[in-house]
Amino acid sequence: MREFLELARRFLPELLQGTKVTVELTSICILSGLVLGWGIALGRVYGGRIIYALCTAYVELIRGTPLLVQLFVLYYGLPDVGIVLPPLLAAGIAMGMNTAAYQAEYFRGAIQSVPKGQVQAARALGMSRLQAVLYVVLPQAMRLVIPAWSNELIYMLKYSSLAFIVGVPELMGRANLIAARNFRYFEIYLLVAAIYVTLVGIAAKMLSFLEEKTRIPGLSSLG
Amino acid sequence: MENFGFLIRELPWFWRGTVVAVEVLAGVIGLGLAAGLGGAVLQVYAPPPVPALVTALERFLRGIPPIVLLLLVFYLPWNLPPLAVAIVALGLCSAAYQSQIFRMAIQSIDRRQTEAARSLGMSSPQTILYVVLPQALRRAIGPWSNEFSSQIKDTSLAYIVGVVEILRQARYVISYTYGNSLLVYGFCALIYFVLTRAGNAALYRLEARLWVPGFERRGLERRV
Repeated sequence: MREFLELARRFLPELLQGTKVTVELTSICILSGLVLGWGIALGRVYGGRIIYALCTAYVELIRGTPLLVQLFVLYYGLPDVGIVLPPLLAAGIAMGMNTAAYQAEYFRGAIQSVPKGQVQAARALGMSRLQAVLYVVLPQAMRLVIPAWSNELIYMLKYSSLAFIVGVPELMGRANLIAARNFRYFEIYLLVAAIYVTLVGIAAKMLSFLEEKTRIPGLSSLG
Repeated sequence: MENFGFLIRELPWFWRGTVVAVEVLAGVIGLGLAAGLGGAVLQVYAPPPVPALVTALERFLRGIPPIVLLLLVFYLPWNLPPLAVAIVALGLCSAAYQSQIFRMAIQSIDRRQTEAARSLGMSSPQTILYVVLPQALRRAIGPWSNEFSSQIKDTSLAYIVGVVEILRQARYVISYTYGNSLLVYGFCALIYFVLTRAGNAALYRLEARLWVPGFERRGLERRV
């Protein structure tokens, strides 16, 4: 045990540098996925036939294949057609595109859980379709989606570890470098596990705080 | 177009990889189902210190990425073969999620049914086995199918510990056909897409057959 603590003391600073990259990578992906995801969700609910078909195809394609394969296509596959992406960018794009599809599904569910009558009422009051969506549907849908969206964020936080396979120096990547120097693989990965559990705990706390902060009495997904 | 010829020639290797991926999936789902159901029953029915311990373990397993668990199991002192490492690690991850699904399903069965069964003279295990579980398991099918489809995709992670599944075979094919990465990985994506689609279709059929009117249907899918 003392030996383990000594190991932790020695390598924690280096692991925390990797943690910083993990957090950055996750934040960028989750935010770009958020923007793209809303676009796709709105396209699937309110878009015309062509937009609906395109958005649906995208979501089905991404959700039907593993993130690891998507990452390999981008990182190892694209150079075949002359597009060479650096590891961090490849991982970022793969994760962002992946999470966008899943987020879109959560958003679509949230949009559709707002009763149709509300849009009709808004239209009857003289609001345009755009106004009804913007001022009536979205403010509610965005709140309703927070619990599902929190799960997605936590998933991305954990799955950002895939980036180490293409050589991004995030938490797992750093851990591998350290372990390759001293062969203490098991202990190092145990430390990494502890860091991930802490990160996930913090993220969950922050998101339930956000949910509490933005809550409107009476509005719930069960309604 | 001549590029596609080699894909057909290499088809047996992709087939072998797919068989291994399905083996991993079967092991992971089997272990996850057994451990997950066991964990859920312990969480609900075991005496005081046990539920807290099981819950702590579940939280830990859900808080770490599957890759970290894969590597932890890989570097255990016992030198397990890669396939066993993949099944144990991914199976434990899946067990944590499945136990959550089963626990919620068990808790959704009205308490009064248990009381009624007990008052009719059934023992506690009998009540769980004949009254609670037959209903709870049906309720769990929807969320459980989501877990199943995400596990199909998660088998790709077995690549990391050296299991010769689809992606590893793809790597071999790429290295002795000199390149063609885009085509080969694109083909892998297609294999996974077909697998996921087929798995989902089979589960929908199972769900429809076992579904009891009034029970909840499948919701949104879990990640990966």
